[in-house]
Amino acid sequence: MNEQTLREPAPRNASIPNDNVIVAENLNIMFDTNDHPISALQDVNLNVQRGDFISLIGPSGCGKTTLLRAIADLTPVTSGHLRVNGMSPHTAREARAYGYVFQAPVLLPWRTVLRNVTLPLEIAGMAKSDRIACARENLALVGLKDFSMKFPWQLSGGMQQRVSIARALSFKPSLLLMDEPFGALDEITRDSLNVHLHDLWRRTGMTTIFVTHSIPEAVFLSTRIVVMSARPGRILRVIESDLPMPRSLGIRDTAAFTALAHDLREALRDGHSYD
Amino acid sequence: MTRIFPLATVMLALIIVWYAGAYVLNAPQAINLMDPDGPHNFWAVVQAAWNMDRPVLPTPGQIATNLAASIFGNPLFSPRNFLLQTAYTAETAVTGLAGGVVLGIFLAIGIVHSRVLDRSLMPWVITSQTIPILAIAPMVVVALGNIGLTGLVPKAAIVGYLSFFPVTVGMVKGLRSPDAMQMDLMRTYNTKKMSLFVKLRWPVAMAFLFPSLRVAASLSVTGAIVAELPTGAQVGLGARLLAGSYYGQTMMMWGALVLASLLALALIGMVRLGEFWLCQQRGGRL
Ligand SMILES: Nc1ncnc2c1ncn2[C@@H]1O[C@H](COP(=O)(O)OP(=O)(O)OP(=O)(O)O)[C@@H](O)[C@H]1O
Ligand SMILES: [Mg+2]
Repeated sequence: MNEQTLREPAPRNASIPNDNVIVAENLNIMFDTNDHPISALQDVNLNVQRGDFISLIGPSGCGKTTLLRAIADLTPVTSGHLRVNGMSPHTAREARAYGYVFQAPVLLPWRTVLRNVTLPLEIAGMAKSDRIACARENLALVGLKDFSMKFPWQLSGGMQQRVSIARALSFKPSLLLMDEPFGALDEITRDSLNVHLHDLWRRTGMTTIFVTHSIPEAVFLSTRIVVMSARPGRILRVIESDLPMPRSLGIRDTAAFTALAHDLREALRDGHSYD
Repeated sequence: MTRIFPLATVMLALIIVWYAGAYVLNAPQAINLMDPDGPHNFWAVVQAAWNMDRPVLPTPGQIATNLAASIFGNPLFSPRNFLLQTAYTAETAVTGLAGGVVLGIFLAIGIVHSRVLDRSLMPWVITSQTIPILAIAPMVVVALGNIGLTGLVPKAAIVGYLSFFPVTVGMVKGLRSPDAMQMDLMRTYNTKKMSLFVKLRWPVAMAFLFPSLRVAASLSVTGAIVAELPTGAQVGLGARLLAGSYYGQTMMMWGALVLASLLALALIGMVRLGEFWLCQQRGGRL
């Protein structure tokens, strides 16, 4: 099989002519705080292509969440240029262009797991039987189909996070924004969800931006890894990964994987210039 | 069981203190009324103090007997039957409470969704409760009476005036209680105001609604009794209270008091029931 065609899954939505899903040029984001303004992102330039799997990695407080939130139109851009699917982030949000997995699960405690997953579909006005079928499918995908009638507080933190992933997948977004979705999970669950996510991404071809603190996770999942530095948040390096597809956990023992992980670690160390 | 024992202990202590109090307060009059030739030992005075026709402080036993006589000794629709009087007061309280709760919720919705209403209405809502209900009640009765509204309407209006307040305050807080993360989540779904209200604000506010409803329910009985006083005190527990104090019928007053507090308890119990039901719907947490 041709490796190149596998790396770039065919676009699912052919109605969008342009293959640049996200374009950021000289993006700056400042926060006004009571003493002095904080520059969270400085001169960020990034181009995400359809079908890319981008990992954002960098020290805590370097602006990974801020970048994701700007793309999602949750945080206003101070200056520079940012386009999502060729639209302003605001228009893209109104078109429900993306699914967002927050750093915390943010489940509604009065709804069952199933009804938490159907929430976005309810808001979008999908028929009840359709949205339940869709939610069940996504819950099965994250391994929680037996928990659909439980309430969020009856689930462990990791399970709650998986529910929030199922919820973000519920209206089959072509762009998935994930903010440290597996941060709260144990190694083994994390590995298995990494494999699931990789398969899902390969199957659907959805463009994914994934924030993580884990070097192996970033190397395993990504087509490109964006390394950021702290204060002010800047893009330090973009590391291309040409590891073969499809990937399985065994790939982590190959020399190519180890070399990439080493590169990434070096780049990250440069970003950690606290002293 | 572990809750019943301390409650029963306090209850017993109260009853003992009550009987002692009835002796102390009633004894001077009781002695005056006693047959000068009869025995005057301690026990005889106690007996007399606990069995007066118009005691300063009736005993719990007397109040209970008196109530039972009124309830079972009269036809249900006789004005002498305390149950009928309670029903009148309950009608006023429930009607006014329903109106007050609806008004309170609508005010809260308006205040939460509009800055103008927040600025203009909220201060008036607060001010409204600084005016004593006893001063407002006669004015409401007179004003509404002038436009031909008498009977239930002015009384329910007074109850509504009292009970809308905790609901408005609680619901304004509740409807504003979704946190920034939940608001962000809804924003990613491009949720319109209406959906945001139905899917997030309203369900979150339930935890604030029920405590407000409990306060409103107990206020509604107070309100209904106060409202019955200036209406000429024709019907209701308030009327019995007033009549009792005119004619020195302490037993009548205490009877009305007991039934009023039972009524308030019943209303609060109904709120609790609603709360319990919703709690069950939500898997055991509100
Ligand atoms: N709402 C805000 N108001 C003020 N400052 C903010 C706000 N949000 C973020 N910041 C600041 O912006 C910087 C970047 O924050 P951000 O949350 O994007 O970091 P992060 O890379 O996601 O960190 P972590 O890995 O710990 O999640 C931080 O210095 C933070 O203090
Ligand atoms: Mg973050």
